[in-house]
Amino acid sequence: MKRLLSLVMISSLLVLSLAGCGQSYDLYVFNWGQYIDKSIIKEFEEETGYKVLYDEFEENEDMYAKIKSGAAIYDVICPSDYMVEQMIQEGLLQKLNYDNIPNAKNIGAQYFEQAKAYDPGNEYSIPNYWGTVGIIYNKNMVNEPIDSWSAIFDEKYKGNILMINSIRDGLGIALKYLGYSLNSQNEKEIKEATDLLKKQKALVQGYFVDQIRDKMIGNEAAIAVNYSGEAKMMIDENPDLAYVVPKEGSNIWSDNWVITSNAVNVEAAEAWINFLCRPDIALKNFEEIGYSTPNEAAHALIEDEETRNNEIYFPGEEITKRCESFSYLGVEGNKMYQKAWTEVKAY
Amino acid sequence: MNNKKRFFAVPYVVWMTAFIIIPLLIVVYYGLTNVDGKFTMENILAMFTPINMKALVYSLLLSFISTVICLLLAYPLAMILRNADLKSSSFIIFIFILPMWMNFLLRTISWQTLLENNGVLNTILSALHLPKQHIINTPYAIVLGMVYNFLPFMVLPIYNTLVKIDDNVINAARDLGANSYQTFSKITWPLSLPGVISGITMVFVPSLTTFVISDLLGGGKVHLIGNVIEQEFKFKYDWNMGSGLSLVLMVFVLISMAFVTKYDKDMEGTNVW
Repeated sequence: MKRLLSLVMISSLLVLSLAGCGQSYDLYVFNWGQYIDKSIIKEFEEETGYKVLYDEFEENEDMYAKIKSGAAIYDVICPSDYMVEQMIQEGLLQKLNYDNIPNAKNIGAQYFEQAKAYDPGNEYSIPNYWGTVGIIYNKNMVNEPIDSWSAIFDEKYKGNILMINSIRDGLGIALKYLGYSLNSQNEKEIKEATDLLKKQKALVQGYFVDQIRDKMIGNEAAIAVNYSGEAKMMIDENPDLAYVVPKEGSNIWSDNWVITSNAVNVEAAEAWINFLCRPDIALKNFEEIGYSTPNEAAHALIEDEETRNNEIYFPGEEITKRCESFSYLGVEGNKMYQKAWTEVKAY
Repeated sequence: MNNKKRFFAVPYVVWMTAFIIIPLLIVVYYGLTNVDGKFTMENILAMFTPINMKALVYSLLLSFISTVICLLLAYPLAMILRNADLKSSSFIIFIFILPMWMNFLLRTISWQTLLENNGVLNTILSALHLPKQHIINTPYAIVLGMVYNFLPFMVLPIYNTLVKIDDNVINAARDLGANSYQTFSKITWPLSLPGVISGITMVFVPSLTTFVISDLLGGGKVHLIGNVIEQEFKFKYDWNMGSGLSLVLMVFVLISMAFVTKYDKDMEGTNVW
């Protein structure tokens, strides 16, 4: 009796959990959290008739694990630069047919040029958002012009520095400050960067990602490392803040639309990318989310002149020239970076 | 009758199997295999690398300190509650449990706001012309967070055993000439020991394994063993290593459980839950 009952219970549990999967969709989209104006999804559905299932991820690594293991099948996803490269190498993506994505012409040529660092022929990916990593500082708490990463390693600001809690960004900054590539796989260079970051640990208030915004707005620290899009939002809230991309160079990042190799509905996926590359849609997205758009046609449509010419959103070539994209480090390279970062955090 | 009892146990058994036993077995499986699914002890032995050992020892230290502070705060309070009349003691307990109805994360985040350099505490201090305290992002903040969050788990079991002590036992001791100190050390303390032990476990185990408190109040600068395991799962994507380290940590949890069953045979202290 007991066994029978538990069988019934378990099977009813299973049936319940499967019941949710009955509905079918034409397009499965996997994007970063808070990375789209949600009304755009509806607009797309109305215009094209494709029914969209829209899911969000928090980290490239989460997304990668799901795609790689085959636990979920998505048609179109939005990974970052180095992740695009990794996925191309592992055969997880398929080549785009630009004939079906005519709006790709709206994306600035220089962004496609930068993308060649991780997608050499621009065959697999179309940039969606981009930005830089730099220093955001409080002009009232810092009384010298800041233009170098040396500021975040300066004894003067002890206890007033917020460091970014991210393996690639954290080590990348140290490598750049030392004059190396932020994709370095040279053990000696990484060791040097690790030692520098260990020494820095006594100076920093802590390692954060999302909390940096609140802390800088609340005058909790003088200097922080953060992304350009975030920086702009902080400055809008607290005019004492300023953002700079240090002279030693920094990271220039981009998130890109790609189509997976096992996509079921390629046509719908192409329509999706094409739709998002349309100037009015890209503009709407930019205004809602606040990350720089690579869409030149959308850029030209920005009404507010101050925003259109904003150096943080759209840094000139002299800034982007000294920045470097992340590339995929390979399994061994990733391990080397993880080990180095753990050493810093555990120091 | 027996059949009826079994019938009511079914949902519980299903629940236990699906959400406790099976996940635990998965952790054991991951902990003892490598990426290719082959048996290995590497994940277990990884605990003994200097970095992980340091985190473990530090976690043990901080949770030990928090447990001692909790005990020192909780015991006198439980004594007061025992001697108070029923109406006021249940009111005090109500006040004590009230914050626990709020989400744990929310309470910890509010400590962040309180302790921050320009936070509520320092604003008050500077208004009183007292020196500012830099507590946030230090180990002190983490201990504070642990004590704050886990104190009720110490108070309630101790209170529970204390109220069960018959007044006549204490009166008899006094009649026979024991002074207050002797009454406490010979009667009250030994009789309350089961509650103390389960209180200690209920504070020590969650403190040892926490990663949220150290993340939120330690600013990512203090690396506890909970953070090490969290990182294995979240950033390095090494489920095998994370599970292996969790298994080692489970040993400490089991040791504490063994302590409780040894001293708290009637489960008096834990009864409250």
